[in-house]
Amino acid sequence: MEWETVIGLEIHVQLATNTKIFSGASTAFGAEPNTQACAVDLALPGTLPVFNDGAQKMAIMFGLAINADIGKRAVFERKNYFYPDLPKGYQTTQLEAPVVGEGFVDIETEAGERRVRIHHAHLEEDAGKSLHEDFHGQSGIDLNRAGTPLVEIVSEPDMRTSKEAAAYARKIHAIVTTLGICDGNMAEGSMRCDCNVSIRPKGSETLGTRTELKNINSFRFIERAIDTEVERQIDLIEDGGTVVQETRLYDPDKNETRSMRSKEDANDYRYFPCPDLLPVVVDDAYVEAIRLTLPELPDARKERFISELGLSEYDAGVLSAYRDQADYFESVVECCGDAKLAANWVMGELAKNLNAADLSIEKSPVSAEQLGGLLVRIKDNTISGNIAKKVFEVQWNEGGTADEVIEAKGLKQVTDTGAIESMIDEVIANASAQVEQYKAAEPEKRGKMLGFFMGQVMKASGGKANPGAVTGILKSKLDALCD
Amino acid sequence: MSIDRSDVERIAHLARLELNEQDIPAYTENLSSILNLIDEMQQIDTDGVEPLAHPLDAVQRLRADEVTELNQRDKLQAVAPAVEEGLFLVPKVIE
Amino acid sequence: MFEKTLSELAQDLRNGTVSSVELTQAFIDRINRCDSEYNAFITTTPELALQQAKAADESLAAGTGGPFTGLPIAHKDLFCTEGVKTSCGSKMLDNFKSPYDATVVAKFKAAGAVMLGKTNMDEFAMGSTNESSFYGDCKNPWDTSRVPGGSSGGSAAAVAARLTPAATGSDTGGSIRQPAAFCGITGIKPTYGRVSRYGMVAYASSLDQGGPMARSAEDCALMLNVMAGQDAMDSTSSAQPTEDYTASLNHSLQGLKIGVPKEFMSADLDSAMAAQIETAIKQLESLGATIKEVSLPNTRMSIPAYYIIAPAEASSNLSRFDGVRYGYRCEEPKDLEDLYKRTRGEGFGSEVKRRIMVGTYALCAGYYDAYYNKAQQIRRLIQQDFMRIFEEVDVIVGPTTPSPAFTIGEKVNDPVAMYMEDIFTLSLNLAGLPGMSVPCGQVNGLPVGLQLIGNYFDEARLLNVAHQYQQNTEWHTLSPVTA
Repeated sequence: MEWETVIGLEIHVQLATNTKIFSGASTAFGAEPNTQACAVDLALPGTLPVFNDGAQKMAIMFGLAINADIGKRAVFERKNYFYPDLPKGYQTTQLEAPVVGEGFVDIETEAGERRVRIHHAHLEEDAGKSLHEDFHGQSGIDLNRAGTPLVEIVSEPDMRTSKEAAAYARKIHAIVTTLGICDGNMAEGSMRCDCNVSIRPKGSETLGTRTELKNINSFRFIERAIDTEVERQIDLIEDGGTVVQETRLYDPDKNETRSMRSKEDANDYRYFPCPDLLPVVVDDAYVEAIRLTLPELPDARKERFISELGLSEYDAGVLSAYRDQADYFESVVECCGDAKLAANWVMGELAKNLNAADLSIEKSPVSAEQLGGLLVRIKDNTISGNIAKKVFEVQWNEGGTADEVIEAKGLKQVTDTGAIESMIDEVIANASAQVEQYKAAEPEKRGKMLGFFMGQVMKASGGKANPGAVTGILKSKLDALCD
Repeated sequence: MSIDRSDVERIAHLARLELNEQDIPAYTENLSSILNLIDEMQQIDTDGVEPLAHPLDAVQRLRADEVTELNQRDKLQAVAPAVEEGLFLVPKVIE
Repeated sequence: MFEKTLSELAQDLRNGTVSSVELTQAFIDRINRCDSEYNAFITTTPELALQQAKAADESLAAGTGGPFTGLPIAHKDLFCTEGVKTSCGSKMLDNFKSPYDATVVAKFKAAGAVMLGKTNMDEFAMGSTNESSFYGDCKNPWDTSRVPGGSSGGSAAAVAARLTPAATGSDTGGSIRQPAAFCGITGIKPTYGRVSRYGMVAYASSLDQGGPMARSAEDCALMLNVMAGQDAMDSTSSAQPTEDYTASLNHSLQGLKIGVPKEFMSADLDSAMAAQIETAIKQLESLGATIKEVSLPNTRMSIPAYYIIAPAEASSNLSRFDGVRYGYRCEEPKDLEDLYKRTRGEGFGSEVKRRIMVGTYALCAGYYDAYYNKAQQIRRLIQQDFMRIFEEVDVIVGPTTPSPAFTIGEKVNDPVAMYMEDIFTLSLNLAGLPGMSVPCGQVNGLPVGLQLIGNYFDEARLLNVAHQYQQNTEWHTLSPVTA
């Protein structure tokens, strides 16, 4: 039988506020355990929540970015359950009246653009962390993260392949990082993804039983986890079994999903409106003021990269996906005036080096201005593309402007034809066998044989000879020998 | 509505309350009579009545996103039953 | 000295007839001498009190004192007091020294008040007799075989027994007014949101309200001047401006329109008490008020509605007591569930467990609409009843309780019979309205309380009516003890 996969995503995005959603404690990452957990975060008796305006604004920014209805009257509710990383014994969240209503995003798929509907997005508080290092057989609880504001973005089950799911997650990532409401660091848990996966016979309209995959912390794992789970479900059903609705944990090391039965336990969360918080009411003026602060969103930026800068669809898509990268790219373009060249370098040499060093672009040792200056020197023929890579390497390791590096290392391109001619003469003189082959070859095949001589000349010049000049002179000298 | 022993056990589990075996019959009886009292509500017609969650028609005040709480870990953990290296200790959490 | 009111003592302090240290020492001595008879205090803080008294004397001498400087008071043991045990009458918090001050406590400190100690109460404010306290029954000073009422029973008994001139209380379903009535003192539950709940350990968040308990309306006004006001730490505290609650005490009652609900003067009311209440109403009439019968048809329904809403909120509010971050923890828990269940099973008393279970049950999926939602709808109806009446009258008057103080142990095993005793007080909390209890007579040597109910934020008017009544009657000056 042919199966169709149905996927919906719940993405938790940690908001980049200064303080917790309901207290004035800092949300900075990486502090000593419990040093950022104040009386409210510890749920000391008598403490009460006060809602953070920053979290509200960021949630509304997201809502506006996905073309959603903004909830003019949002209500916080309590989700009751016991867990050591949940100090109050309930999570404050939104259920019936979330801050962001229905919206959508468009994603690129192999089959073209596709719309994914977003059911709603709501604000809630993050939990703390249980550390399982052995404290005499006990766990340690760090509540620094408790109360960090989250927006949970709940999609409709609109995706049909794991690739679409990953593309959707990337799109959400692009939006929240562009808005500056999340640092987007998936490894640190700033963005976490749960995937609801089910299968059904192709053509069927009814949804199959779904499982929820948790603990997925990269786009690659979204694809792999879903593929693995779909395979498991198909095998199960084709072997006569049935899928059980449950939460499953994805294990990236083994590339498998496994049941988390311990947490199922027929929980009844006993939701009810939080009596310590009042309805959050916003008016049009509040929303419109936020709309004015919205930066250019990834879709709009991509369009502009195509229409104004002449980038390909693909390049524009990659470069607009992260705000920092897009900003960097645009600065490079501003310096060098060549978008295509800038795109190649940002997506090529720079990306390669950043990946190898596991750095994000805002931590790049080579600034946009440094790179832009380098590209200027390629364009004006001061250096070749290959030399530029060397200059870049020096900039990456030691710093400096392109001009400083070119000067210090003597990498300036040789354009003096006299010097080039004498190098060529020497190469021809030392390569009589190759010259003979060249002469014996059909004229139309000689072009391909030029490469050997080019290489020798460039080698002799230490790479500094202007490749255009070398080609011209070399060809005329060799052709002269043939006559 | 009357409830039985299994209801009481289920509720006690949800609320994470250990009850002494010998107290369960009394709780069952008490809770049943309380629920009977509560069931008097059902005689009132409340169709279309908007529930009242808060007595005053006030709306949530928003707090500026500024850090006001600084580290007070030592003071706050002075009342904790078990702490090590700044962490609250609990029996092993199994995920 | 022990028979003097706060206002009189304030005068003495300013005149220098007595120092705050002398006054404080006298009350400390009296507590030490007499409290074994009443068990009104859970904790006394003599060193702290004398320290505060000394500072108060200095500021009085320097002329920098305010109206409350140097006056001794006691706090109900659910107001968090930094460095001082805050038990809520529970084994759960027997070892809990709060690391911070409740807003109310901080305000009294800032006003120069002296704290004598923390008063006994029903465990987590759940009860009408003080019998659920982990620290043992508190006794009614008028008859020590009888209950002082609850949950602020310790505060009421302490004021009545002249162990403190005044005390704070909290009122979720009558917990200020009922013990005030039983002990023959004056107490006011302000409008919901008038006094900050920050640091007042929560029972039912949408109903709880702190307030003054003292010997006269004038003293309550003095205290409310300190306590009232919006608090940035409590989202539900009201932005409504406060006023000087002593300013209108002497206004005439000429033209005052009083409503008497027929449901309050019904068969539920003890007949001897009914006569006292009627006499008090006539007294008010003689002071210039006009009397009108009104109807609160849903009075009876306040009992089931309250006993859903309060336990539901409590079941969630009390989840934080889990033995992880503070408070009681069971011995050697074998796993997490054991830690939770035994800590809570052993740390909470039976009435608290009962209410947590009722609330848990009411919030369960499947029962939510029939219980919690229904109760909130009835709450709306009750509020509408009051609003209708306040279109016609200024103040509503009736009994505070159906009968005078009952004997210790009389209703302890019959929670339903106990809950019925709250019939006249619950509806105000559900509607969030302010209410007072004022001594207005005696039945068999036991005090009778007259309840005054005002419109939202009409505390000043209630205090005015009570003060005028007390200017013309002696009931509030009767003392159960010879000091």
